[in-house]
Amino acid sequence: MPKINIDGKEIEFKQGQTIIEAAKDHGIEIAHFCWHPKLSVSGNCRMCLVEVEKMPKLVIACATTAADGMVVHTQSSKSLAARNAVMEFFLINHPLDCPICDEAGECKLQDYTYKHSVGESRFVEEKVKKGKRIQIGPYVMFDADRCIMCSRCIRFCDEIAKDPELTFTKRGDRVFLTTYPGEQLDNLYSMNVVDICPVGALTNSDFRFKSRVWEMSLINSVCTGCARGCNIELWVRNNEVLRLVPKYNEDVNSYWMCDHGRVNTFKFINAEDRVDGPHIRVEGNLTRVGWDEAYAEAASRLKAFGKDEIAVLGSAFATVEDNYIASKFAKSVLGTGNLDFVRHIDPSFGDDILRRNDITPNSLGAELAGVKPSKNGNDFNGIIKAIKEGKIKALYILEDDIIAENSELENVFAKLDLLIAHATNFNKTTVLADIVFPAATYAEKNGTFVNFNGRAQRIRPAVATLDVDRALEGMAMSRWDKFGTKFDRWAQGKHFDARSSWKILVGLASAMGQKMKYGMAEEVLLDMANNIDAFKGLDYDVLGEFGVQLKTVNSKS
Amino acid sequence: MSEKNIPAKKRIKDLNSLEKVYFPEILKALKLTLKTMFRPKFTMQYPEEKFIPTGSYRGRPILVMENNGEERCVACGLCARVCPPLAIEVQAAETEKEKERYPVRFEINMLRCIFCGFCEEVCPEEAIVMSKDYELAFTKREDAIYGKDKLLVPVNQLPDKIGFLRNYR
Ligand code: SF4
Ligand code: SF4
Ligand code: SF4
Ligand code: SF4
Repeated sequence: MPKINIDGKEIEFKQGQTIIEAAKDHGIEIAHFCWHPKLSVSGNCRMCLVEVEKMPKLVIACATTAADGMVVHTQSSKSLAARNAVMEFFLINHPLDCPICDEAGECKLQDYTYKHSVGESRFVEEKVKKGKRIQIGPYVMFDADRCIMCSRCIRFCDEIAKDPELTFTKRGDRVFLTTYPGEQLDNLYSMNVVDICPVGALTNSDFRFKSRVWEMSLINSVCTGCARGCNIELWVRNNEVLRLVPKYNEDVNSYWMCDHGRVNTFKFINAEDRVDGPHIRVEGNLTRVGWDEAYAEAASRLKAFGKDEIAVLGSAFATVEDNYIASKFAKSVLGTGNLDFVRHIDPSFGDDILRRNDITPNSLGAELAGVKPSKNGNDFNGIIKAIKEGKIKALYILEDDIIAENSELENVFAKLDLLIAHATNFNKTTVLADIVFPAATYAEKNGTFVNFNGRAQRIRPAVATLDVDRALEGMAMSRWDKFGTKFDRWAQGKHFDARSSWKILVGLASAMGQKMKYGMAEEVLLDMANNIDAFKGLDYDVLGEFGVQLKTVNSKS
Repeated sequence: MSEKNIPAKKRIKDLNSLEKVYFPEILKALKLTLKTMFRPKFTMQYPEEKFIPTGSYRGRPILVMENNGEERCVACGLCARVCPPLAIEVQAAETEKEKERYPVRFEINMLRCIFCGFCEEVCPEEAIVMSKDYELAFTKREDAIYGKDKLLVPVNQLPDKIGFLRNYR
């Protein structure tokens, strides 16, 4: 392999790589604004100027192909001076009001001003003003004063979202980012420009001004918006998820996620209609009761039915752990073969970038976990038919509001003698339920999702409940989480009384006289690893940061 | 310093004969008492008489209100970040004004505050300053949490503090 020398370090590179790419592969960061590993090279910011021996002038590392034997200096006095000069130019017209700007704390310009600038401005003239608070798209707010004209957002729309919407107009210090006439920044991936904008010029109007980044803690998780399972970070303050940000995973979503996933998949966690504690229908109304009472009630009512009169529906929204226990519960505790889950397909959702028509995060996982009818059992359609015929009288549903999707089922379910539902939020299905168990959301539990492609990925708790404690569970803690007391208003975020579905089922099984010995979600996965081929060899350490491709599943793309 | 240089404590057996007589020593002490009696007094008859501190004093933190009735604070959150005992909570929100950020909620827990003045020092807007108010007593925990209503003080009532900050910071 050819070699290049950067600051005295010999590193190997692949033929055709630029200096900045070669350096990045070896953990050397060369300062840059406009370059992005997944976008075309624009070379306009001049921040990555480096000195290359035998070259007459400094060159930009992002557009200079590495050649064997090249000697690069990024810290020589010449390149230091160049970077400082570039920074001074950037700051000439920059408003420098970080205290007001929402990007402060995660701003490349702010960081680089500390790292690469001497911090003295010689500019005393009036700064150019171009306008603030320009809503350039449904979710994106633009501050023209803060823009450093790097063109990353433009290239993102052209190259990744494949929907050219943004462009520059005018010249020199009047360059102005704008949408094409009659256009808006409203492609399905528009909010990714917020992440890649190196300054606070583009901000997320759904999150803007809600919190400083240093007041939050973050946890890696998986988006539940569709079967892609984009890797995400959950940003939490005071036990409330405030925003989702995509997390790099080359095998799943690269650096991106879609706007639907970013905006619509976390607000239910703290919504008013969350199910808080177990509920039993008393005189027509769902009434909150204690766990033991709910278990006892569910156990005694389930026992009144014959094996074939009961059916269990797993859920493509629940984890593989939840679904595995659901299938075990159905087969060995209830002894029924009427077991299936509902697939949610929206043919208008998918595209050829990230989004998939399957709008659940774990349909493949539910299947692999064994949620399917046994030989003589009914599948979903069979179960519905049997309920209509009065053969199935009791139905147990995991985390899935199936009536919302198909309102005809309302009349069918009305025929049931017993409907037990696990639900995160009160919904159309819980309206008919006799017993409702409060299910923890994906942000409140450990678990595994398997995406459409057979990639098993971990979710982790980011929000504490009465069941999972922030400190004991080892969740990420902000300073506020660490030192807040019950007397501090900023530490009184709501803690719901909810449990993971697998845990609820284990509790119910024990109330029915059958002990299942699982204390933690990982123990469920370990059991699966021993019993199901697809999960062989898996544990949470193996799943790690980026997940694992299941070997028995053929990857599709 | 070596141990030898430390003067040994005077013991009774070391006193000279005059000191052993005792009487002259009592007179000496009485003389000192008499002298001090006629010096100016420092004790104040608090609470009838109140101590008015100078501009540099670090009483409870307050928020500066401009003459137009608006707070100077832009809710940057730096004071909340720097505050060692986490006494400050700032919740930002957006406005239509030139400075697009403002504190929709600003609370200081006076039970947590240790009057260190870090918030005053870090504030980029000279929006939070230490006042002359040192009279803080509460009968309920909730009373000690001051919101914007109690924190905001018009800037024209703070000439000493602002003057001090301008001159010495
Ligand atoms: S808005 Fe941001 S990403 Fe777009 S050109 Fe300006 S600085 Fe670059
Ligand atoms: S593509 Fe799917 S998984 Fe990715 S962010 Fe969108 S909804 Fe979520
Ligand atoms: S004076 Fe110190 S302890 Fe009190 S609010 Fe300010 S920073 Fe916090
Ligand atoms: S540091 Fe000053 S401007 Fe910032 S939040 Fe505190 S008082 Fe407001």
